[in-house]
Amino acid sequence: MSEKNIIKIKDPILSIQNLSVAYDKNNYAVKDVSVEVKKNTVTAIMGPSGCGKSTLLRALNRMHELYENIETKGTVLLNGQDIYKLPTIRVRRMTGMVFQRPNPFPTMSIYDNVIAGYKLNGIRLKKSEKDEIVERSLRDVVLWEEVKDSLFKKGTFLSGGQQQRLCIARALAFGPEVILLDEPTSALDPVATSKVEDLLTKLKENYTIILVTHNMAQAARISDYSLFMYLGELVEYDKTKNMFTNPQDKRTEEYLTGKFG
Amino acid sequence: MNALHQIDTSKRRLLKDRIFYWLVIAMAGLTISPIVLIISKLIAKGYKQISFEFIIRNTPDTYEAMTAISNNELIPGGIANGITGTLLMVVLAAIIAIPVGIITGIYLYENQGKRLANLTRNISDIIQGVPSIVLGLIAYLWIVKNVTNGYSALAGSVSLSIMMLPMIIRSTEETLKMIPQTLKEAGLALGVPYYKVILKILVPTGFSGLLTGILLAISRVMGETAPLMLTALGSSVINLNISEPTSAIPLLIWEFYNDPNMVDLIWSSSLLLMGIVLLLNIVSKQIAAKRK
Ligand SMILES: Nc1ncnc2c1ncn2[C@@H]1O[C@H](COP(=O)(O)OP(=O)(O)OP(=O)(O)O)[C@@H](O)[C@H]1O
Ligand SMILES: [Mg+2]
Repeated sequence: MSEKNIIKIKDPILSIQNLSVAYDKNNYAVKDVSVEVKKNTVTAIMGPSGCGKSTLLRALNRMHELYENIETKGTVLLNGQDIYKLPTIRVRRMTGMVFQRPNPFPTMSIYDNVIAGYKLNGIRLKKSEKDEIVERSLRDVVLWEEVKDSLFKKGTFLSGGQQQRLCIARALAFGPEVILLDEPTSALDPVATSKVEDLLTKLKENYTIILVTHNMAQAARISDYSLFMYLGELVEYDKTKNMFTNPQDKRTEEYLTGKFG
Repeated sequence: MNALHQIDTSKRRLLKDRIFYWLVIAMAGLTISPIVLIISKLIAKGYKQISFEFIIRNTPDTYEAMTAISNNELIPGGIANGITGTLLMVVLAAIIAIPVGIITGIYLYENQGKRLANLTRNISDIIQGVPSIVLGLIAYLWIVKNVTNGYSALAGSVSLSIMMLPMIIRSTEETLKMIPQTLKEAGLALGVPYYKVILKILVPTGFSGLLTGILLAISRVMGETAPLMLTALGSSVINLNISEPTSAIPLLIWEFYNDPNMVDLIWSSSLLLMGIVLLLNIVSKQIAAKRK
């Protein structure tokens, strides 16, 4: 076990220690994973289908607890705080999540979608504060110029790529520590995908990004660190450059060279 | 020989197609014809009586009606007492049934496969099958006997609200089931508490579905007569006090049927009732169509 290639990070913003998650008793989807994530980087989670990527990601804001009978062991420290000892609502407000398919709230305007985190949580803001948050978040996701004249139209009228950027803006508006994205471009066309990728590389200046992706080229393009999972286990964790040029584990190498996946 | 045989079968198939085609048309016609017949009959016999007067005046007494008929005039008066009574009782029934039905529907949606939820769903289905007069009897025992100490609009509303419940529960549950799970997740991931996700995201998203169910339930109970006979009883004047006997359009139709002098009013009252119910149905269909 100790010969696994798992690098250490100095002053991590997120520290996952011996995390295991089971959907049913003793049927672990994530097995004893320990990873530290560096602030202001993009970290990619890779691995074949069903290896536990989404489960690991969702365990970081406790969204996996939506399923009944879920069992979680281990510790996750976000900024030094154990998220499993905090109220779930607080954990989820400290993190932003973006899903595979764009899911703006269909009853809300673009404007309201961006500040949905405030509105739905009953946090009252002045009009000027709201305007400022909406503009800043939409500028952050490079959507402002495209929608500034139609802020009060329904978000569902936008194209798929625009909707996904709107969902990222919604996740940013609350000022999260970490943004968790689960295959955010798998439902998008290549142009929209590259826009989202550009955006993520830009966003890491202010945020820490953890990205689940099936797309190795995408991981190579935009991530600083990569972790490779296989059957619920963390196989390898390294700087993306090292991982792609010189994988230490045979399974990583086989996956990266397309032998399975 | 071979070729001939082929022609023969294709001809026969053509004939079969034709027969089937006309059969379908005939069946469809058979289904539509009662509705067309009813509506045309109602219009033909009832249109003369419909006027502004008819909506704002109370039912005449049998003597007034008799005099009018013997003078070959239209029967004076209208069914204002029935219209207001129907409105009062249906609105009150909706006020009772909508929150209970929606909350129960949400509960069923949130607890798929759980035992108590399944039991609740089954009971709701059973209520849907209970004859409406039995629901009237129940409201009689609960309300007429124990609450209002006499026939009352409230008792009528309670019987109607029990009828509405299963429809609202069903449509709420089905509507919520159709909303993508990912919207719920989006809300929860923003740190929104569970109950707020339901009330502020799921319910508004499914709003038109809920509204359709409610309108259909309302149009369904609007024409109910039997439970009202045991509960609201009827009244010859407008009554807006929920603890007093109250009239309703279907109750009046029944009364007109039993009074030889008033028989002519059946058609116009039925026409009005049918018109309102049809309108509600069309509106709810329209809303349902818009959703898709
Ligand atoms: N709700 C659930 N109930 C039971 N088992 C589940 C559930 N969700 C996932 N699993 C199982 O947990 C394992 C990991 O699933 P997970 O969704 O995390 O994989 P993944 O790496 O994200 O796969 P993909 O690339 O296909 O999205 C799989 O074996 C899966 O069958
Ligand atoms: Mg997944």
